[in-house]
Amino acid sequence: MQHIRAHVLVCGGTGCKSAGSKEIQLGFAKYLEEYGLQNEVMLVETGCHGFCEHGPLVIVYPEGTFYCHVKPEDVKEIVESHLYKGRIVERLLYREPLSHEQVPNYSEIGFYKKQQRLVLANCGAINPEMIEEYIAVGGYEALAKAVTTMTPEEVVDEVKKSGLRGRGGGGFPTGMKWQFAKNSVSDKKYVICNADEGDPGAFMDRSVLEGDPHRVLEGMAICGYAIGADEGYIYVRAEYPLAIKRLRTAIEQAEKMGLLGENIFGSGFNFTLHIKEGAGAFVCGEETALMASIEGKRGMPRPRPPFPAVSGLWGKPTNINNVETFANVAQIIVNGADWYCQYGTERSKGTKVFALTGKINNTGLAEVPMGITMREIIYDIGGGITNGKKFKAVQIGGPSGGCLPESMLDLPVDYDSLIAAGAMMGSGGLVVMDEDTCMVDVAKFFLNFTQSESCGKCTPCREGTKRMLEILTRITEGQGREGDIELLENLAKNIKETALCGLGQTAPNPVLSTLKYFRDEYEAHIKEKRCPAGVCEKLASYTITDACRGCGLCARNCPVQAISGKIKEKHVINQDICIKCGACMAACPFKAITKG
Amino acid sequence: MSLINQKCSCCGGENPEKVQVDAILAKYEGKKGSLIPILQEVQSLYNYLPKDVLEYVASKTGVPISEIYGVVTFYSLFHLNPRGRNIIRVCQGTACHVRGGKLILQALEKELGIKAGHTTEDLRYTLETVACIGACGLAPVMQINDDTHGRLTPDKLPAILKRYQ
Ligand SMILES: Cc1cc2nc3c(=O)[nH]c(=O)nc-3n(C[C@H](O)[C@H](O)[C@H](O)COP(=O)(O)O)c2cc1C
Ligand code: SF4
Ligand code: SF4
Ligand code: FES
Ligand code: FES
Repeated sequence: MQHIRAHVLVCGGTGCKSAGSKEIQLGFAKYLEEYGLQNEVMLVETGCHGFCEHGPLVIVYPEGTFYCHVKPEDVKEIVESHLYKGRIVERLLYREPLSHEQVPNYSEIGFYKKQQRLVLANCGAINPEMIEEYIAVGGYEALAKAVTTMTPEEVVDEVKKSGLRGRGGGGFPTGMKWQFAKNSVSDKKYVICNADEGDPGAFMDRSVLEGDPHRVLEGMAICGYAIGADEGYIYVRAEYPLAIKRLRTAIEQAEKMGLLGENIFGSGFNFTLHIKEGAGAFVCGEETALMASIEGKRGMPRPRPPFPAVSGLWGKPTNINNVETFANVAQIIVNGADWYCQYGTERSKGTKVFALTGKINNTGLAEVPMGITMREIIYDIGGGITNGKKFKAVQIGGPSGGCLPESMLDLPVDYDSLIAAGAMMGSGGLVVMDEDTCMVDVAKFFLNFTQSESCGKCTPCREGTKRMLEILTRITEGQGREGDIELLENLAKNIKETALCGLGQTAPNPVLSTLKYFRDEYEAHIKEKRCPAGVCEKLASYTITDACRGCGLCARNCPVQAISGKIKEKHVINQDICIKCGACMAACPFKAITKG
Repeated sequence: MSLINQKCSCCGGENPEKVQVDAILAKYEGKKGSLIPILQEVQSLYNYLPKDVLEYVASKTGVPISEIYGVVTFYSLFHLNPRGRNIIRVCQGTACHVRGGKLILQALEKELGIKAGHTTEDLRYTLETVACIGACGLAPVMQINDDTHGRLTPDKLPAILKRYQ
């Protein structure tokens, strides 16, 4: 038996892979061998640590030393200095964005300190391609406990008691949903995992699938046992090739070990799993559209009822949950509902994984207890706004959600508070925006998205979102009219009330929430033909300030000769000729040109 | 046009692509809900979905061609026209949008001389947009074939493009 004295974890998630982590892994293999350490230092490829921005990441245990932005040429130094001589390579350590302090240890980093990593516990800690590592940290214990010591009814009750609510957006109580599917009488039932993750700006499901796929399989199998289903589907976006690959590997390994398939743990319970790849349609994340897509049809929603629990895939009772919902199940079964209830608030139990993106220092995945404030997420975990800019808004819930302003930062983050504030949990994408973001442009961006993803089945969504987009477009182009705001509100109300599925029903939310909190920006666009953030190209005006030294570079770069002035004297822009291309601003070496 | 029913030009036997299409069809024979996976595999064979191949799939599977078209035009990952050897997908998702994803798209359009949704004449590149590839932490992002490129700035693009022949 050899003694392993250190582990080197190289992140193999999508973010770090795109930044070159494969080469780093190969480098470690080579240098560990060269220094004769291959028998005492173990090299492990892990899934995403949620801190992709600083990738490629390398973590060395037992110390928990956290190296970021590692380059292939740094590998030799880590092996020689840290692993061979025991001296940490300080220049590769993480620095806190606000204090600039170096933090040697993984657990001391601000980004991780306030997190409560339950669902993500294994992400970045185990090799997702080896079922043995999942089992070593307690994997498949929950399934064994459920099928050998609990009745299906007890499993459903435990999930009900835990208060777990769907993480796919709606927040429907999971136990109740299972109960409905269980109550349906049928010779055949299905379990579906919704891994379509279409919300732009969200990637938590991707990271769970890539970093800890067995956790999702285990949750699905427990659900199958509880509701009486023997077959399941995982519907994954085709845009996630690595997640698909790891799921395939995981299913194969679980089958080989008898953890999926026939007569699991000798209990007589059978459960098989299939993967279905999506084909690029956001609306397929909606449960009825998703099932149509699995059946090989156009993925269009249908009216409910009947709910999937009664008539779902191929007309059979079906239970559909999100990836993160399933990923919560095993720990509830093993530790019990009471344990789970210690996290979160009265009506939102447990934790939620958020994808922090946009103008924030620490972009990445953060898992926090429900009820934490937005301010803690953005400043304590997220490290504040990039380049010392001012916070303006945070968008939560994707195309169905809303934008919250500074005054709402102390809002506790849970399902009900968010709805009350005009946003929603959605899948958990948090896009932070700074003072340079135009809120009308953001609303237009989301409407553009929902409009192009509308499946076209019902008129309010298909035509209504088109009208709203037209109005927003003309506002951002300086053609806004008196009454446009009221028109938008009117349309929004109608679409919300009459659209067939959640896509249409929630499409107006980004417009409504920006109107609620940033109405003055809309008014500036309409009445003063001005974009306060200087984003809307057609409304922008470029001016030269007194910082101009008269070098003439701007005039030479202007494609339409809109700039005049004598050398060594302040230049001016003729606004009637200027086509607002921005070339002058980029060319000026003295930052003397402003846009606004 | 792929002329799936034409004989092989060298030996006069079965068209080799037809053999592969038949193999795909055989693999899914009798399986429920397999139209989309069949089309996905056929597309990876041709890089797009030629009309006569779709007609062939219709005749073999018994799914009406109108239904196949319905499915193909519904999903953005299916293509009815030939595509470039390298598929560039620039992310225009939220996280990329607020970090200048539009500038990357504009720079690519300028560099390649084509608009999004089009293919260069030499069939070297197809430029497409996508709403989030789940690498938002590296925004702005683009994917070329299966490679993800993050933290883009317009000046980094020419060097990246050069690597794809
Ligand atoms: C337009 C639209 C898109 C959706 N996209 C997703 C998605 O990508 N992932 C997801 O889990 N749920 C999505 N949902 C919600 C699903 O319809 C469904 O409520 C969810 O999968 C249920 O799982 P849960 O109870 O575990 O949240 C979407 C809903 C709508 C209306
Ligand atoms: S609301 Fe929109 S996406 Fe949903 S069914 Fe109607 S048209 Fe389709
Ligand atoms: S923005 Fe463009 S057109 Fe206008 S002055 Fe500057 S360079 Fe000339
Ligand atoms: S991929 Fe490495 S931290 Fe996310
Ligand atoms: S928004 Fe571009 S990768 Fe997610």
